[in-house]
Amino acid sequence: MNAIQTDNLTFSYGVRPVLHGISLSVRSGEMVGMLGPNGSGKTTLLKIFSGVLRGEGEVRIKDKQIESYNRRELSQLFAVVQQEARVNFPYSAAEIVLMGRASYHSPLALENQHDLEVARTSMDLTDSLAFADRYLHELSGGEKQRVMIARALAQEPKILLLDEPSAFLDLKHQIQVFELLLRLNRERGLTIIAALHDVNLAALFFPRLLILCNGRIHRDGAPCEVLTEKTIEEVYGIRVRIEHDPTYGKPQLFFRPAA
Amino acid sequence: MKVLDLRKLVLVNGALLILLILSAAACTLLGPVRLDLSHALSHLFSSNADTEILLRARLPRVLLGIAIGGGMAACGVVLQALLGNPLACPQMLGVSGGASLGGILGIIFFPNWLLPIAGGRLGEISWIPLAAFLGALLSMILVYRFSLFHGRLHPYHLLLSGVILNSFIAAVIMFLNSIVDFYQAQGLLFWLMGSLSTRAYLTVGFIWFYIAVGFLWLWSKGLSLNLITLGEDAAMHLGVEPGALQGQVFIAASLMIGAMVSVSGVIGFVGLMVPHVMRLLIGSDHRLLLPASFLAGGIFLCWADTLARILLAPAELPVGIVTAFFGGPFFLFLLYREGRRSLAL
Repeated sequence: MNAIQTDNLTFSYGVRPVLHGISLSVRSGEMVGMLGPNGSGKTTLLKIFSGVLRGEGEVRIKDKQIESYNRRELSQLFAVVQQEARVNFPYSAAEIVLMGRASYHSPLALENQHDLEVARTSMDLTDSLAFADRYLHELSGGEKQRVMIARALAQEPKILLLDEPSAFLDLKHQIQVFELLLRLNRERGLTIIAALHDVNLAALFFPRLLILCNGRIHRDGAPCEVLTEKTIEEVYGIRVRIEHDPTYGKPQLFFRPAA
Repeated sequence: MKVLDLRKLVLVNGALLILLILSAAACTLLGPVRLDLSHALSHLFSSNADTEILLRARLPRVLLGIAIGGGMAACGVVLQALLGNPLACPQMLGVSGGASLGGILGIIFFPNWLLPIAGGRLGEISWIPLAAFLGALLSMILVYRFSLFHGRLHPYHLLLSGVILNSFIAAVIMFLNSIVDFYQAQGLLFWLMGSLSTRAYLTVGFIWFYIAVGFLWLWSKGLSLNLITLGEDAAMHLGVEPGALQGQVFIAASLMIGAMVSVSGVIGFVGLMVPHVMRLLIGSDHRLLLPASFLAGGIFLCWADTLARILLAPAELPVGIVTAFFGGPFFLFLLYREGRRSLAL
């Protein structure tokens, strides 16, 4: 079954076109990394998938038109991890994670035992249970991102969308996030689509890569197929050398500055 | 994992409710004139000074104070959530300015008109609150219109248009104040400073009904308010339609603020301070924060108004002076002690 399918999807912010005719399908249980320079449309595409923006052209979620879902149903299908969570009010990490359960209980009710259990399991899975009772804004970037992933998991989604989930993390936490995604994909069959900026990590962890450029899908396929010196030069405008990692056989970039 | 449960909800609100009832009783007894309660109660149905003071002066005023304090605090809570800004307060929304201007025009142009209710059998109410409420409605529509883009209220524009409308109205009020005669100017100033003095149970009943309905409605949006404080996109991801929520909450809060300012003028500080203090003490979950702030706001304004009545007795201080004078330092103290830990700014 297809988790997401788009047909000739177009989107523009006012008169500025951002996506041109994106046709794409992602099967259930796939793990897809999206690469591309800033402004290539990665974030916009994720926002259309999660129902925040509405484009022109067809978007089908689980073989049904996206328009046929209401906001609550969408939030039980999709969970989104944003680049950086900005929270102006003092909430504890546990409170933030429990908000992931909002679409499962009545807006007038408090969370029940099952909701608490799901939240606890999600925090356990992301190693964030230790700071459940601390305020979110007191946590480090890495801890915060784990809480946000825990909230996404508490939504019990079928599809997880991530927008540069490791942008503000140090190396260790970047690797941890990707290892967690890989585990969730393998053990729970979670469909994962992530916009990424680190090409090398994307090649290492994601079996399918999508390269966006100027609002179009430039390349789509396994890392070995799509990551070539020519593609990188076309898309990012920089010259690189590509070698294959001796252990995993994945393509990795070596930068060659002009100087 | 400490999160909101029914026990905490009942305990916190129960404790505050008991405190509110005790405060209301104490504030009814306190005042510039000593009140003989047993005499007042034993001669409840005959005309005497004690009963008169209790039922005609003190009780409606205390009841009004609780409604206004609670309403202002609850509106402060939801506006802070709506605007994503912990510094927002009811006075920032152009509505309070509009109500002030409406009230002032009422004072200038028809100071002595009275509107009989049910042919005069239920008493008469002044046109001034009605004019003020009309001003509030007009400015609400204006601010709403200026902040609506693509079916969503834009928090930034909401804040900005409210503040700008308020300063524009302030200029108009200053202008009016300088062209009217001395006695009228005194009246305007007194109205602007806000007061809870009332003798009409009709007004008190009207405000209570209004505030109660508005508050219950806002409380039912508690969970959605939690989600909208995370940002519009995050709220959508978690199942809330932000456009609808923002519109409904803005209109509900504006109507409440408009009604309150119409009756008591602009009583500042309650709507900013009480939500903050409660956030520091009990956290940000709006399902608890809203009722707790309502009760705490009622307690706070009840005492502030009592101080306003007795500090310079027999003269009376504008209650806004008391709220700011005592609230300000207390707030700064709390900010200093707790702020770094639990303010997310």
